[in-house]
Amino acid sequence: MEYLKKYPKLFQWLFLLVVFFALCFAIDVPETYKFIRGQAEFVKDPNQSVYFFLGKEVRYYAFDVFWRLPPLLGWLPIWINDSLFFLMNEWMPMEFWNEDTQEFKTRPILLQISRNLTAFMTFLIELIREILLGGLETIVAFTSWDFIDAYPWLELPGLPWTIVAAGAAILSYKLSGKGLALFAGLTMIYISIFGQWKPSMQTLSFILVAAPLSFIFGLGLGIAAYKSKRVEKALYPILLVMQTMPQYAVLVPALVLFGVGDHAAVIITMVVAVPPMILLTILGLRAIPPEVIEAGRMSGCTNWQLMLKVLIPTARRDILIGVNQVIMVCFSMAVISAFIGAKGLGFNLLLALNQLNIGLALEAGLCISLIAILLDKMSLAWANKQTDYFGNLTFFQRNKNVIFFAASFVIGIILAYVGTFIFKGSFNYLFEIPHNKGISTADFWNKGVDWIFDTFFVYIKAFNTWLIQDVLQPMRALYLRMPAVATLVLAVGAGYLIGGIRSALVVAALTLFIALSPWWDRALVTLYMATFGVVISCLIGFTVGTLCFQNKKSAAFMLGVCDIFQTFPSFVYLIPVMMLFGITDTSVLIAVIVYATIPATRYTIEGLRSVPVGLHEAATMSGVNKLQRLTKIEFPLAFPHMMLGLNQTIVFALFMVIIGAFIGTEDLGQYILKALSDKNGAGIGLTLGICVAFIGLIFDNLIRTWVEKRKKHLGIA
Amino acid sequence: MSETVIKCESVYKIFGENAKKMLEESNGNVDAKTFQEKGCIVGVNNASFEVAKGEMLVVMGLSGSGKSTLLRCISRLTDATGGKIFIEGQDLLELNNKELIELRRSKMGMVFQSFALLPHKTVVENIAFPLQIKGTKTEDSINRAMEMVKLVGLDGRENYFPRELSGGQQQRVGIARSLAVEPDIWFLDEPFSALDPLIRKEMQDEFLRLQEKLQKTIMFITHDFDEALKLADRIAIMKDGIIEQLDTPANIVLNPATEYVRKFTEEVPREKVLVIEDVMDTTSNDNLGDLKVLKDEIIENVAEKILTQEKIVAVVDSENNIVGSIKPSKIIDTVFGGRKNGS
Repeated sequence: MEYLKKYPKLFQWLFLLVVFFALCFAIDVPETYKFIRGQAEFVKDPNQSVYFFLGKEVRYYAFDVFWRLPPLLGWLPIWINDSLFFLMNEWMPMEFWNEDTQEFKTRPILLQISRNLTAFMTFLIELIREILLGGLETIVAFTSWDFIDAYPWLELPGLPWTIVAAGAAILSYKLSGKGLALFAGLTMIYISIFGQWKPSMQTLSFILVAAPLSFIFGLGLGIAAYKSKRVEKALYPILLVMQTMPQYAVLVPALVLFGVGDHAAVIITMVVAVPPMILLTILGLRAIPPEVIEAGRMSGCTNWQLMLKVLIPTARRDILIGVNQVIMVCFSMAVISAFIGAKGLGFNLLLALNQLNIGLALEAGLCISLIAILLDKMSLAWANKQTDYFGNLTFFQRNKNVIFFAASFVIGIILAYVGTFIFKGSFNYLFEIPHNKGISTADFWNKGVDWIFDTFFVYIKAFNTWLIQDVLQPMRALYLRMPAVATLVLAVGAGYLIGGIRSALVVAALTLFIALSPWWDRALVTLYMATFGVVISCLIGFTVGTLCFQNKKSAAFMLGVCDIFQTFPSFVYLIPVMMLFGITDTSVLIAVIVYATIPATRYTIEGLRSVPVGLHEAATMSGVNKLQRLTKIEFPLAFPHMMLGLNQTIVFALFMVIIGAFIGTEDLGQYILKALSDKNGAGIGLTLGICVAFIGLIFDNLIRTWVEKRKKHLGIA
Repeated sequence: MSETVIKCESVYKIFGENAKKMLEESNGNVDAKTFQEKGCIVGVNNASFEVAKGEMLVVMGLSGSGKSTLLRCISRLTDATGGKIFIEGQDLLELNNKELIELRRSKMGMVFQSFALLPHKTVVENIAFPLQIKGTKTEDSINRAMEMVKLVGLDGRENYFPRELSGGQQQRVGIARSLAVEPDIWFLDEPFSALDPLIRKEMQDEFLRLQEKLQKTIMFITHDFDEALKLADRIAIMKDGIIEQLDTPANIVLNPATEYVRKFTEEVPREKVLVIEDVMDTTSNDNLGDLKVLKDEIIENVAEKILTQEKIVAVVDSENNIVGSIKPSKIIDTVFGGRKNGS
C-alpha cells in the first residue's frame, strides 16, 4: 500500500498493462481470420459482408468486433476518388478559348486551372533547363516553330559545363568567400567528370523553380498565420498531418490533378515543402522581442516596412532553418517524383535501384547531397551578406565578379569551340560530358559489395535467418495478435495517463480512424517494423550521442555526419542492404535503422549540450564524478529534448518503412506503391497516407504532451 | 512659461476584453480590484499631466506600476482605453495611421530597456534605419548616422554588429538611433536598467551632457529613485497605475504626498539632492553674517562652511542679490531630521 501511495503513476500504468493483456488473452483469434483481409477493393466473395454508404458499396470480411473493427471508413477512398473525378471532369464546365484549334471548347473549370498551372510550371522549368542544357521550347512558347525554321541561328546550345562551374564558383565567392567558392567549383567539376551533368542540371532546374516558390508560399502563409489567429487555426491541423505524412502518399492524388512530369513534381514538392516553412516562419516571428517591434514602429515603419525590414530579418534565424528544410525536402522530392516522370538524378537513382547497381546509386546520390549542401550554404551566405558603405572602390573592384564571369564565359565558349576540334567525331568533353562517358567508380563499389557478400555469405545468411525466424516473425505475429479493442484501450489509456482527457480523446480519434479503415492489419505490420527500427535506432543513437558528447570536437564531427546522412537520398540506403540481405524485412529494417539513427543521435547531443554550464559547475563542486554527473544531472535534464529526438526518430522510421515497400513489405507502404500504378489509386493513396500520418501523430501527441509537462516540472520550458 | 508639448487628460489603459465598456460604466472611478475580479487589468489609472518644452519628466515606479504602459500610450504603441493625449496640441488618438507614422518619423524618438537593436544590421545601419524608413537617400542617411556615431562616442565601431558590442555600447547605438531623425520628443524606457552600476553612472552623465546640448522634451522611465532624482526636472511617482505624486525632486524629498512616496525618500541622502534654495528662509532677515552662499548650490558642497558659522547665512542669486537666509541648524535639520525613528 505504501508503494501505491508513493508511486501512483507506476501502478496506473501497471493496471493499464494488465487490462491490455487480459483483453488480448480473452479475445480469441477467429478461426476464419487470415492476414490478407478483403479490402475495400473490387474482389467479390460470397463470404464478404456488404454495406452501402453514400451510395458506395463496401465489401469486407466480418469478424468479431472485439477482434477487428469493421471497415466503416471503407467508403472514404472510393468517395475521394469519385469526388476527384467529378471535380476534374464534370464540375462547372465553362467555355475556354483553345489556341491550337482556334475555337471555344467546353472544359470543367478545375481541369482548365490545372492545365494552366501545369503550363506555367513547365514554362519556368524549361526556361532554366534550356539555359543550362539548351533547347527551344521557351523560344517557341513566345514565337512558333516556323519562326525557328526561319531563323535557325536561334537554336543555341546550352551553357558549356565550364561556364556553369565558373559561374557557381564566382557567385559563391561573392556571397561568402574562398571556401565556398572552392566547394562550389569542386562540386560542379565532380558532377561533370562523373558524367552526371545532364541529370544534375535537370534536377537543378526543377529545384530552382520548386524551392523559391515553396519559400515564398511558406513565408506568405506563415506571415498570414502570424497576423491572424483564424488563419493559424485553420492551417494548424493540415500542417500537423503534412509533417508526418509519408511524402509519396501525396504523389497519387497529384497524379490525378496534374498529370505526369516535372510540373506535377514541382507542385507536389510545394505541397510537402511549404508546411515546415510555415511552421518555422511562425516560430521565428513569435520569438521576436516585443521591444524590437516597438522600435520599428517608433522609427515610423508602415506595416509593410515593419514586416520586410524589421520582422522578417529579425526572425531570420528560424526562417533560414526553414529555407534549409525547403531545400532538403526539394531534393528528397526530386528523387521521389521520379515515380511520376520527373527527369534528372532521381530517375537515374531509380534505375540504379532496379538494377541493384550500388555504385551508380552512390554517385548519383552524392551529386544530390553536394548540390543540396551547396545551395543551402549559398542561401545562408546570401542572407548574412553585409553591405560595405565606406569602401572607396575602383570600377574594377566594384565589378570584378561580373568581369570575371564575363571572362570565364568567353573562355568557356572558346574552350568548347576548341573542343569540337580536339574531340572530333567523339564527344566534346569541354562542352558536356555525357552520361556514362565520365569517370565512374561504380565498379569499385559494386565489387566491394559483391566481395563482402561472397566473403561473409555464410554469416550474413545465418544472421538473417536467425533474425527473421527468431525475432522478427514472432514479433510480427505478436503485433498481429493484438485485438483491435485491446490496442484501442492501450492507446487511449496511455493518452489519459500522460495528457488527461484531452490527449485521450485525440489519441482515440486517431486510432479509431486507422482501426475503421480497411487497413488495420497493415498498419499493425507498419507499426511492428517501425517499433523495431525505433528501438534499435534509439539504442544506437543515444549511445553514440552520449559518447560523442564527451568531447567537443567529436560532437561537432558527429553533427556534420548527421547532416550528410540526412541529405543523402534515402533510397540509396536500400540498395546495399537489399544486395546483402535480399528481399526481406531485415533489409528494410536495416535501412530504417541507418536513417532513423540520425535524429536520435542529433537530439541526444543537442539535449546534452543544452544543459546549463552553471549546473555542471555546481555538480563538479558537489564532488560528482563523470558518470554520476551524466546519470544524475545531464540525463534527467536532457531527457525531454531527447524525447523530442525520439519523436523525430519515429517519423523518420515510419517514412523509411514506407519507402521500404520498394524492397517488398506487406505493410501500408505496399498499398501506397500499388496505388501509384492504379488509375483509381488517388483515394487509396491519400487515405493510406493519412493512416501513416496518424500513427506518427499518435506518438507525436503523447511524446509532446509528456515533454511539455516534464519541462514545466523541471522549469526549463 | 514655455509651451506645453505633451498633455494628458485622465488617461486610462485597461487590459481585457470588455475594458472599454467597463471603463464607461465606472464613470472614471476605476478600482483595480473590482476590475481584476472581472478579468481586466488596470495599467494606467486616471493620469493627467503636462510636459513643457525642453523639460525632462521622469516617471518612476516599481515593476508593474504602469509606467511603461503610460509611455506606450503616449507614443501610441498601444491605444489608451480612455482620456485624451495631446502632442503639441494635436489629439494623438484622433490621428489616422498615416498621420501617426508621419508624427513618429519627424517628432518622436524612443530608447528601449533591452536596446531593441536590429540584429542583422550593423551599428551604422541601425542608426540610419529610421532615416531610411523615411526614404532618405542611402548616402545621406549613412552620413547622418556617422555624425550620430561620433556624438555617442562609438567611432571606429560603426561596422560592428550589435552582438559584438557590450551592453553600454549597444545602448549608445539605441540612443543614437532614437536621435537620428532629430526628434522634438524623446522617450526613454528604462534605458540604463540593464547596465552595470558603473556603466550606468557613466551613461547618466553622458545623457545629461547630451540633453544640455540638445534640449529635447523628454519622458524618462525608470525604477531607480536615485536615477530619477539625478536626472529629473520633475518626477512622477506611479503605483498600481496611479500617479501618486508629480513634483520637482526637492518637493518630493521634502514633502512626500503619500506614505508610499515617503518610503522612497527616507533613504535618500538629502544633502546630495537638495539645493540651498529648497530649504532657505525667504522672509527677510537683518541679522545676517558675512558668509554668502549661492541659492543653486547643493547642500553637501556648502554644508561645512555654513555649519562653522554662528550667524545666519545669507543666500544670494547669481547676481549677488540677497534672496533669503539660512540658519546653520536648518542644515542639521534637513540632513538628519524629519525621518522616522529607527530607520
